[in-house]
Amino acid sequence: MNFLENPSFSYIMLCAFRMKMRGNKFKGETVVIMEMIATLMVFPFLAALLIACAKPGKLRDGLIFCSSIVIVATVLLLCINVLQGGKTQSYLMETQMLDRIFLIAELGLMGLVFYYGIRYKRYYILLLSAAGTLPVVWMEFAGRGAQGGDHIVVDYLTLIMCLVVGVVGSLICVYAIGYIKDYHKHHTEYKDRSSFFLSMLFVFMGAMFGLIFSSNLTWIYFFWEVTTFCSFLLIGYTQTEEAINNSFRALWMNLLGGLGFACAILYSSMALHIANLQDLVAAAANNKAVIIPVTLLAFAAMTKSAQMPFSRWLLGAMVAPTPTSALLHSATMVKAGVYLLIRLSPALYGNLAGVMVTSIGGFTFFAASLLAISQSDGKKVLAYSTISNLGLIAACAGVGLHQAVWAAILLLVFHAVSKSLLFVSVGAVENITGSRNIEDMHGLIVRLPKLAFVMIVGICGMFLAPFGMLISKWAALKAFVDSKSVWLVLFLIFGSASTLFYWGKWLGKLVAVIHRSAQLKDTVRKSEKGSIYTLTFLVIALCISFPVFSNIFVEPFLSQTFHDTIGAIISSSDLNVMLLMLCMIVILPVTVRLLTFGKANKRVISYMAGVNEGDDRTFVDSFGHEKSMYLANWYMDDYFGEKKLLKPSLVLASAIMTILMIIVIGGAI
Amino acid sequence: MMFLKIALYLILAPLIGGLLSGIDRKISARFQGRQGPPLLQPFYDLFKLFEKQALVVNGVQDFFVGGYFVFILFTGCLFFVGGDLLLVCFALTLAEVFLMMAACSANSPYSAMGSQRELLQMMAYEPMLLLTAIGFYIATGSFMVDDIAKSSVSPIAYLPGMFFGFLYILTIKFRKSPFDISTSHHAHQEMVKGITTELSGNILALVELAVWYEDVLLLGIVGLFIVNMQWWSFLIAAVVCLFAYILETFVDNLFPRVKWNSMLKSTWLVTLIAGGVNLLILTLVH
Repeated sequence: MNFLENPSFSYIMLCAFRMKMRGNKFKGETVVIMEMIATLMVFPFLAALLIACAKPGKLRDGLIFCSSIVIVATVLLLCINVLQGGKTQSYLMETQMLDRIFLIAELGLMGLVFYYGIRYKRYYILLLSAAGTLPVVWMEFAGRGAQGGDHIVVDYLTLIMCLVVGVVGSLICVYAIGYIKDYHKHHTEYKDRSSFFLSMLFVFMGAMFGLIFSSNLTWIYFFWEVTTFCSFLLIGYTQTEEAINNSFRALWMNLLGGLGFACAILYSSMALHIANLQDLVAAAANNKAVIIPVTLLAFAAMTKSAQMPFSRWLLGAMVAPTPTSALLHSATMVKAGVYLLIRLSPALYGNLAGVMVTSIGGFTFFAASLLAISQSDGKKVLAYSTISNLGLIAACAGVGLHQAVWAAILLLVFHAVSKSLLFVSVGAVENITGSRNIEDMHGLIVRLPKLAFVMIVGICGMFLAPFGMLISKWAALKAFVDSKSVWLVLFLIFGSASTLFYWGKWLGKLVAVIHRSAQLKDTVRKSEKGSIYTLTFLVIALCISFPVFSNIFVEPFLSQTFHDTIGAIISSSDLNVMLLMLCMIVILPVTVRLLTFGKANKRVISYMAGVNEGDDRTFVDSFGHEKSMYLANWYMDDYFGEKKLLKPSLVLASAIMTILMIIVIGGAI
Repeated sequence: MMFLKIALYLILAPLIGGLLSGIDRKISARFQGRQGPPLLQPFYDLFKLFEKQALVVNGVQDFFVGGYFVFILFTGCLFFVGGDLLLVCFALTLAEVFLMMAACSANSPYSAMGSQRELLQMMAYEPMLLLTAIGFYIATGSFMVDDIAKSSVSPIAYLPGMFFGFLYILTIKFRKSPFDISTSHHAHQEMVKGITTELSGNILALVELAVWYEDVLLLGIVGLFIVNMQWWSFLIAAVVCLFAYILETFVDNLFPRVKWNSMLKSTWLVTLIAGGVNLLILTLVH
């Protein structure tokens, strides 16, 4: 069951690009950049083809490793080159032939969706897919689509996304080499299709690169649908009934979003004669009708970013092997949605479309962080946390002000790094202990000290000062206050408090020290270790170097987009204070020595009202029998359980979304 | 100037905190028809604790408690040198997380229960704490404590609802009944000493001392509601702080402890109504 469409497609695309390059007379540097873009868009597909054909073994592993290095190196080179050029660059004005190829590939993709829909008897999928694809194809073939405009645009936001997709994505692919071997060792009941799995990861990356470089809406739409389809295949990897159900849920929700995207293309092309994203956003200021495609695109973005009421597909996605979740949650897929929202943000400022995005985003942030409290499955907590953070990013983008979008971009970056770290470390723990339940991580600091430490760094990175996510939440809070969005402020403060609770109790589980527990054998493979430690380093490095990152990438993008410059969002004195905090944490062991100087502590067993059985593992119960002690975290299912909260939240979010979309679109027509 | 302020805080805060604790114990005793300990008893207790050897259940406890102590002091310094109020909130959270981790690391039933309750308390009061900082920002245009203290009108004029909400969460922060659910000054039956059950000797002394520092910091925030550019406003602020503290003592003696769910519900409700409405009006007016 190989995915034949993509390799052939990528080959055609490569040829087309080469021809294009020869045809146009670009100057030296531009050609280099264009070559690199073409490489990033095509190379992952080629790598995927090779990996899919390769047999499991050293050769395949080496291939993945080398491909990842090539991708990271190209991304870094591209960044350096573009930064030297120093301005937004756009390419490919006339691309009729490429457009045709894209449309044929689009039809091919629809054919594949049809195949799966019929094979698993989910006929509604056919309808959704056809409704999205056919009108767009018809419009383009009938020549009714708008022409002109750039097809590929590279600006600072593109570079930021490139770094996230390239670096974090590649690290996850490297991690997957070792992970998938252990996965099949533990799960002999599933068929080993690891080559297919690994090649899909690269297809996914390729599609993401395509998506972020493209400016033409039809092109973005094509890559958008490729990511949808890829995630469908990855989620269904194990082919159990649950996996298939969940993969189809992901498929229909994202196809519905795709349908919204298609409508946006049709409207903007036929009614407004605008073919590309940047022009659409620029036109928003003068043309009231632009709000219709903008709303539809925002809708598509929110399905992809798993905002309520479409959050359930992302939760279902955790049936897949961990690298899938890591990739979906951090570097790709859901980030495609918020990326689009960030692009749209100037068009969302001060109108009802913006209100829709902020209210859904803010509400999702709050509701998902409450729901996370009741979960004990590590990956599920991570999934809810992702949904909740994406909500915050969406809310920031929806506000559409300079500093809110600053917060959104930084949230996106910090979240990608911290969340992928958490996923890969949970996956590694699961491969060793056989469980990803947080309750089973009790005392991990003794049993697997290195992984526990890495996980602690990841968790702190998600919610504590002076680490990354908190900085961006801080900026978001300021932006919400300045834009006078009282509801957003309230959502943010209550949501942050719940966030604190569920991360805090996870931290507590990790650091418990149980008497007479021994270290487990660390069977994490080399490739996994390499990627885990690199990500850990990135979390810490980003938290020190984010002002630099902001100056090089984020600020130039924002001043281009909003045509203004504002002062530092986090003042330099605050930055110094935070740096000081970080130093204090580093030297804490020494400080503590000084504080407790001259006193030798005496070791005792913990207090259990005098009924311990010699250690803190067992006690004597009321019948005089020995009983083992078990300390559970609080989950408060009666208050925050899915049964209690999920349905009302989904209903409420659906209501908000439907009503606001009707008002916006109806009002504009 | 900055170092002078830090030095003053580091020296004076434990004196004030200890003294307040003595007053608290005296008043409580009178409530219960007892003579009560001498005013300086908390200091005697603390010195004695510092003399004692600590009994620990593992090797990481003292590390986490040290983190708690250091970051409480850090937060206090940050506040009294006039730093960013939001950063003060965040640093305070970091300190509390350290204390929570110290309790979790002990793997003991009572301290584990205390740590979960402590987290719940944090979840309960955190929104109001952040909202207070936001309120100050909207009322005075700055998050910096320095600028807020120099405003022409006392911020309480704009923030009566927030002031009430802050007094409400102060009961949680001071670990007073009805919200002393994670630990309290008295060893309670069902949770022994909760979060500090497994701490003793000089390590417990560090926690006690940190609590005094924290109390002064929190009263500092109460005072911030009152102060303005006039010098005498600082005197009024001091009186208000004292009253706030005594009020908490009264509340402590008058109300029985509640369950965690009533605490969470009531605190969030107060935050939403007192704080939220105040915020809404402030946003509309400003």
